[in-house]
Amino acid sequence: MTRQMTGAEMVIQALIDQGVDTIFGYPGGSVLPIYDEIFQQDKINHILVRHEQGAGHAAEGYARSTGKVGVALVTSGPGATNMVTPLADALLDSIPMVCITGQVPTHLIGTDAFQEADTVGITRPCTKHNFLVRTIESLPRILHEAFRIATTGRPGPVLIDIPKNIQFQTGTYENCKDKAPLTQYNPRREGDADAIRAAVNLMIAAKKPVLYTGGGVINSGRHATELLRDLVKLTGFPITSTLMGLGAYPASGPNWLGMLGMHGTYEANLAMHDCDVMVCVGARFDDRITGRIDAFSPNSKKIHIDIDPSSINKNVRVDIPIVGDVGSVLAEMIRLWKELSPQTDAAAHKNWWNQIASWRAKKCLRYKKSHDVIMPQYAIERLYAMTRGHDTYITTEVGQHQMWAAQFFGFDEPNRLMTSGGLGTMGYGLPAALGAQIAHPNSLVIDIAGDASAQMCIQELSTAVQYDAPIKIFILNNQYMGMVRQWQQLLHGNRLSHSYVEAMPDFVKLAEAYGGVGIRCEKPDELDDAITEMISVKKPVIFDCRVANLANCFPMIPSGKAHNEMLLGEDVSDEEIGNAIGAAGKVLV
Amino acid sequence: MMIVAGQSQSAYFLEEDIPNTERSHTLSVLVDNEPGVLARIVGLFSGRGYNIESLTVSEVEHEKHLSRITIVTTGKPPVVTQIMHQIGRLIPVHRVTNLTWLGETIERELALVKVAGKGEIRDDALRLAQAFNARIVDATLESYVFEITGTPSDIDRFVSLMTNCGLVEVARTGLAAVGRGKIGM
Repeated sequence: MTRQMTGAEMVIQALIDQGVDTIFGYPGGSVLPIYDEIFQQDKINHILVRHEQGAGHAAEGYARSTGKVGVALVTSGPGATNMVTPLADALLDSIPMVCITGQVPTHLIGTDAFQEADTVGITRPCTKHNFLVRTIESLPRILHEAFRIATTGRPGPVLIDIPKNIQFQTGTYENCKDKAPLTQYNPRREGDADAIRAAVNLMIAAKKPVLYTGGGVINSGRHATELLRDLVKLTGFPITSTLMGLGAYPASGPNWLGMLGMHGTYEANLAMHDCDVMVCVGARFDDRITGRIDAFSPNSKKIHIDIDPSSINKNVRVDIPIVGDVGSVLAEMIRLWKELSPQTDAAAHKNWWNQIASWRAKKCLRYKKSHDVIMPQYAIERLYAMTRGHDTYITTEVGQHQMWAAQFFGFDEPNRLMTSGGLGTMGYGLPAALGAQIAHPNSLVIDIAGDASAQMCIQELSTAVQYDAPIKIFILNNQYMGMVRQWQQLLHGNRLSHSYVEAMPDFVKLAEAYGGVGIRCEKPDELDDAITEMISVKKPVIFDCRVANLANCFPMIPSGKAHNEMLLGEDVSDEEIGNAIGAAGKVLV
Repeated sequence: MMIVAGQSQSAYFLEEDIPNTERSHTLSVLVDNEPGVLARIVGLFSGRGYNIESLTVSEVEHEKHLSRITIVTTGKPPVVTQIMHQIGRLIPVHRVTNLTWLGETIERELALVKVAGKGEIRDDALRLAQAFNARIVDATLESYVFEITGTPSDIDRFVSLMTNCGLVEVARTGLAAVGRGKIGM
């Protein structure tokens, strides 16, 4: 069925036809016609943020916590440029997102008009795809195609730049959601049958196997998570995950090794280093994961399942690449495994698990406890303990607190951790928490933050207050940019250049100024009660958790080092920390 | 090797027979002819630190709005495979073919070469042009413009000879290439 309507109406209608019920945005001159349409309808809930970056990260948090597309709407020029960081963030973390930007009228494009920016030019390398709408006739198909591109294959952000005059023009709208696609983009979902068979045979013969999983499992959907758990049960393989994949396999599961990588566990990294068969599922051999690439898991055969062919052999050469959707490939693997009902080498597996048990016995996450000062690790442990039994979503900012959250907070379900993994965006967590809370109004949503990161998008606290979104901002306040300080200690002779924040705001008063609630806690024995209070407050809360200022995040693979060259927290002296990274490693990030 | 949009290719198996040495590769890329598509390709190369030695683009199928981009780049096979996959990931890209891996390729480039001078230099220029099958497309009493078509190395040689014959300027089209035989990209 077709209808005549304006471009602005088409935008809203297409969102409705795509099942969108919530968008995050900020108005401005060249999106006014769309905002006028928003005013005259009640199907789409618009959340007014305080800064366009907040709209983008909120859309990401919404998308990541629901599995749906996050939608953001902002104006031309500065509205669009403020959106660049969330777009780049969503691209690196494969978050499905549609961003609609206003643009100056077509006849003004190229004249340096007021609030004109070359939005498609600026966002080309930080989106999966982008469109500049040139005619009203093309608008309906572009709107629907944007959703298709954002969600199929490897998900990512898609931007639609709509000049203001086209928003006013009238044209024919048709719901082309299920019509022939506008572009030929059609990524393959099923993995190659021969490759899957070869992979299963390799897994059957493995003596020291390990599953290394990532965000692709979560992106593939709930069924992929279930299949992964089935596969672990079926094979008995140990499993580790990247930051982005936490929760796909439960942290309380018997085969769980903990997160791997730079701040991963000793057992996970050594299992990766010593394994003979590595099954990489929806992860991408990122530099945070591999450490020194020429010493990465030197004796293993590697299987790599990824929907994006360009991920294959990009950083690490693999033996059996399988291009396809994780869910579809895992289903086929399980079917084959059951069909073959193989005899695996039980004795070898037992030895392997014994080896893993000896690594676990190192208790690599140990830290020095204190009665006087709250250790940041302790704060996360208590936060986890006190929130068990709640329907909890966690977001994080970027830094030490993020890694402690990954190490000490156990995620048993997918889509429960929203964090900026690839881009490492400080300021992500607060607006992402807002987005998650809007999607799950009755759940407990906590942004585990650092004192520096929390201030990067603090203005969205105002949005949270406006929409009664009772997010909790749990700040591990150590007065430093902790990870920067740790690296300065590791790399730069402990010269703490500009990593100490001398004028810290009073976070309690700040929360109150915004209309929220502030809680401060400075003593370990008061922490549980304070967290209980935080959970019980039905308003946005800033929790100013004063923690040990100079705690370092361990274990750590220093840059330029291999998985079996980890620094463990309790074993290292300050001098060893200072010499941990060689000259070659210093240039690495 | 060829990457077709919507199909996966397991690069690893196909690469086995290819020597792991750095050399130049001619890639043929079929794309939607739409605004910005060239910027996407070029931006990908600069953004990911790949080099472009030559790039040509023109519409080849008007009804389907398809353009063909011929790119010459240098790298070891894994790098070139990665480049091809990165190109293949762009939404408007239909197909990426590595002509160098397909076997024998016909590669041609056109150049316009302007020389100026009198006397002996001018005679030398004309004789060399004839030897290279270059055509005179403009002539004055003191200058020639030659049109030469050939492989890039033919043109390199011709241009280098012309530097001794009063070379003024050169304009080159960049490479056009197709595989030999009946099969298309």
